[in-house]
Amino acid sequence: MKTFRISTLALITLVSSLFIACSSDDDTPIPVNEEEIITTLTLTLTPATGGTAITLQTRDLDGDGPNAPVISISGDLTPMTTYNGTVVLLNETVTPADNITLEVIEEAEEHQFFYTTNASLDLTTSNFNVDANSNPLGTTFTLTTGAASTGTLTATLRHEPTKPNTGLNDAGGETDISATFNVTIQ
Amino acid sequence: MHKHIFMLLLCSVFFANAQNCNYTLSGKVIDLHDDSVLPGATLIVAGFEKVTQSTIDGTYIFSNLCEGTYTIQISHPNCATQAFKVKVSSDLEKNFRLEHHLEELNAITLNAAIFGNKTKTLFEQKITEAQLDRFSNGSLGDILNTMSGVSSLNTGNAVVKPIINGVHSSRVVVMNNGVRMEDQEWGAEHAPSIDVNTIGNITLIKGAGALKYSGDAVGGIIITEAAKIPVKDTIYGKTHLSTATNGRGGTLTSTLTKSYKNGWYGSLQATVKRYGDYEAPDYILSNTGVFGRNIAARIGINRFDYGVDAYYSYFRNEIGILRASHIGGASDQVRAINSGFPLVIEDFTYDINDPRQDVTHHLFKVRGFKRFKNLGEVTLQYDFQQNERLEFDVRRGDDADKASLDLQLSSHTVRLDLDTEKNFPVNFKTGLAGQFQQNVADPSTGVRRLIPDYERINLGIYGVGNYEITNNWLVEVGGRFDYIHLDAQKFYRTSFWEERNYDVLFPEIVVGEFGNQILTNPKLNFSNFSATLGSRYTFNDEYKLFFNYSLASRAPNPSELFSEGLHHSASRIELGDLRFNSEIAHKVSLTLQKQGSVFGFSINPYLNLINDFMIIEPTEIQQTIRGNFQVWEYRQTDARLVGLDIDASLSFTKNLSFYHQFSFVKGYDRTLDIPLIDIPPVNTTNGLVYQNSKLNNFRLEVKSEYTFRQNEFPDTNFEVFVPETNTQELVDVSTPPDAYHLVHVNSSVDFKLTQKSMLHVGASVSNVFNTNYRNYLNRLRYYADDLGRNFSINLKITY
Repeated sequence: MKTFRISTLALITLVSSLFIACSSDDDTPIPVNEEEIITTLTLTLTPATGGTAITLQTRDLDGDGPNAPVISISGDLTPMTTYNGTVVLLNETVTPADNITLEVIEEAEEHQFFYTTNASLDLTTSNFNVDANSNPLGTTFTLTTGAASTGTLTATLRHEPTKPNTGLNDAGGETDISATFNVTIQ
Repeated sequence: MHKHIFMLLLCSVFFANAQNCNYTLSGKVIDLHDDSVLPGATLIVAGFEKVTQSTIDGTYIFSNLCEGTYTIQISHPNCATQAFKVKVSSDLEKNFRLEHHLEELNAITLNAAIFGNKTKTLFEQKITEAQLDRFSNGSLGDILNTMSGVSSLNTGNAVVKPIINGVHSSRVVVMNNGVRMEDQEWGAEHAPSIDVNTIGNITLIKGAGALKYSGDAVGGIIITEAAKIPVKDTIYGKTHLSTATNGRGGTLTSTLTKSYKNGWYGSLQATVKRYGDYEAPDYILSNTGVFGRNIAARIGINRFDYGVDAYYSYFRNEIGILRASHIGGASDQVRAINSGFPLVIEDFTYDINDPRQDVTHHLFKVRGFKRFKNLGEVTLQYDFQQNERLEFDVRRGDDADKASLDLQLSSHTVRLDLDTEKNFPVNFKTGLAGQFQQNVADPSTGVRRLIPDYERINLGIYGVGNYEITNNWLVEVGGRFDYIHLDAQKFYRTSFWEERNYDVLFPEIVVGEFGNQILTNPKLNFSNFSATLGSRYTFNDEYKLFFNYSLASRAPNPSELFSEGLHHSASRIELGDLRFNSEIAHKVSLTLQKQGSVFGFSINPYLNLINDFMIIEPTEIQQTIRGNFQVWEYRQTDARLVGLDIDASLSFTKNLSFYHQFSFVKGYDRTLDIPLIDIPPVNTTNGLVYQNSKLNNFRLEVKSEYTFRQNEFPDTNFEVFVPETNTQELVDVSTPPDAYHLVHVNSSVDFKLTQKSMLHVGASVSNVFNTNYRNYLNRLRYYADDLGRNFSINLKITY
């Protein structure tokens, strides 16, 4: 019985000291800057024959936060023109900004860019750069405009798609990026 | 003092007019705890020269009694002598229940918990060791699922969370061996960190009435306890191997127990569980393997008036999450839902790849009790738990092997409880509890913390008393107060902080700015009161009526307060609210129970009105560069849950019996007048059991499980732009799947190997007809069918 009391006391002392010890712990945690997040996608379309490049950009600096992406388009496309296209992905939450395109190219077999348009927009994409297995990657491509028209152009990046595929329909995988631009050809 | 009462009573008997003296009083003497019969008890009719002893099957008989009220004094070598008042006005059959302790080692927890009733006025359902044995390779959720009123919220087939009377997660408290599990239970995809093979029996209380344990069990309490260990010189053990075709794996578990006559005992238990990919009827559910390990040890001494016991368990579970459920936004979800089968199906493998969970839980407990004369039993317990939760997503580049979520939750709890001796007719329990908890979210994941770093202090005090007004009418009253202090270090996105207007509401908690994030230090206090009021009336040996009202108060959990960001596994953005207050539940529950060897049943209607019910629901679509996501926001509303649980059993012959279960619950948001989300559909289970103790205890059970379609659900569908087709498409996330019917068969037989060892062989088939089905309460139901047919074999040797 006596031992019981002593052990009880010991326990209480131990536990209360634990409480006190723990509650005085006030370390400031460090912030997490998301490394994988992609804030910015820029499509640069340079006319094959030279001239001013057109940029289509979507930028979402708060990632999954409440602010919607800001879309900016530098100008209209010219009908019946061939453009050399490149895509750049950035994480601008860190300084200097992280170029995510390099990671995508490094893991080319596990990624693919798709460019889709709605029926009213008259343009096609082709000539995608390829991964080590000669399957399309699409970080560079050729964009050819047809007649004057307006519509949407969507750039989609899929992670771990089925390769080869015939397009988004049977590519599977997960969507890393989906950016839609309202494009005018005139 | 009681003597005086008895004397008075006796006098009244003496002076009563004796008209007829041919009555008999007969019945059984029964152990209060496990309903076993007690032979050799001495029964005395106080004040008369009548003495008898209970026979080998516990029966006794007094004949030639006159009409009147008698006091029967019952003594037994292993029980405290007790007196019962009996009114005789005809031939009467009456069973007496005695508190039977001396022989039981678990006196350490006897009055407090083990085998004693946890509440007096709430109907309790129990699962015994024999039933548990059939689930050696299952999870706690699977076992509880077999009880009426319990369903489960699943993430695939390995993460199974119990839902009690329509509510789950933080609203269901799990007491494991006297320790409240602190294992990030707020998460809908966080299964309880308990190996079922450590459990000796389970008690389910569908209400908050067990105030000793908590005041916030809005749904109910699940109490798991270790098996009893006898006080004698012995060593025994069991080894149990179960294998199954679905998942192509098995579970091996072994327990060894040594005990001494002087009260010392020790027990060691270990489990390994390994499964590969499970299979639906038509395809492999890729990346659904499981790897579980558990070790538990117990040591202690138990004497009649004091005892100490220590327990440690290590639990680790790696669970693969269906690969096809990892999607990148709403347009992927449309594809997944419309395709009708999983988008990723690979060959069978035992490998567990991303996405996956890796959970480790340490539990250490030390408890001592001392029985004081004229006061009762005092118990002091300290427990420490550490839960480490790692969740891995499919990631890119250098982060590929890093966890996306890395939480470590440590909890220290001290409890001091007093249980007064069963001083007939009043019993009083009271106690204090203090808990310190610390959560640390590792920032090296490279993903913003889902749950912030926090410290939490919880202090509780309770008192519960019950009073036996008459021998068959008992009332119970109790109250509990909890104070909770939460001190968090939370990073908010500046855009969210401002959008929520927190910059105006809580400018004082800002600590600093880091780029586009703000560090804040919310300090929250909650004072919660909970109470219970109930009554139990025993009509006769067969019928009992339980009534209970309980008031439960639950403080918001960290996820309800702090969530803010994309939840990958659910492919949705989840937002908590810093302004929440505690939710208050009023639950009224009524149970009519009939016990009988031929026909028995229990009917349990209930009503649970919850004010400031915290619920997460879709509110809008948010555009991100990754596409559109549905935003799920927590809000508080008033909810109403009404339900009915029925259990019944009927024996046709000595060997053949039928059982029936029915559960029905309706949940409504009273503010918006719409159904609540994730409410279990009506379901009924019926079974036939043939059991013959003469044929090596042969047992054959055919079980039918019918789950209706949930017809009441909130419409949370939304539209999303799909680039493949350049169209807006409907994402149907709310329509529940169709009703389904599953049939299971299981059988077992026992062989005696030697004098002391026994071999139990079981074989079972679940989902006999390989039915394709999807379960409304499975979070992965959009992506794949549930499990197909499974053959399993169980071998258990006890020695």
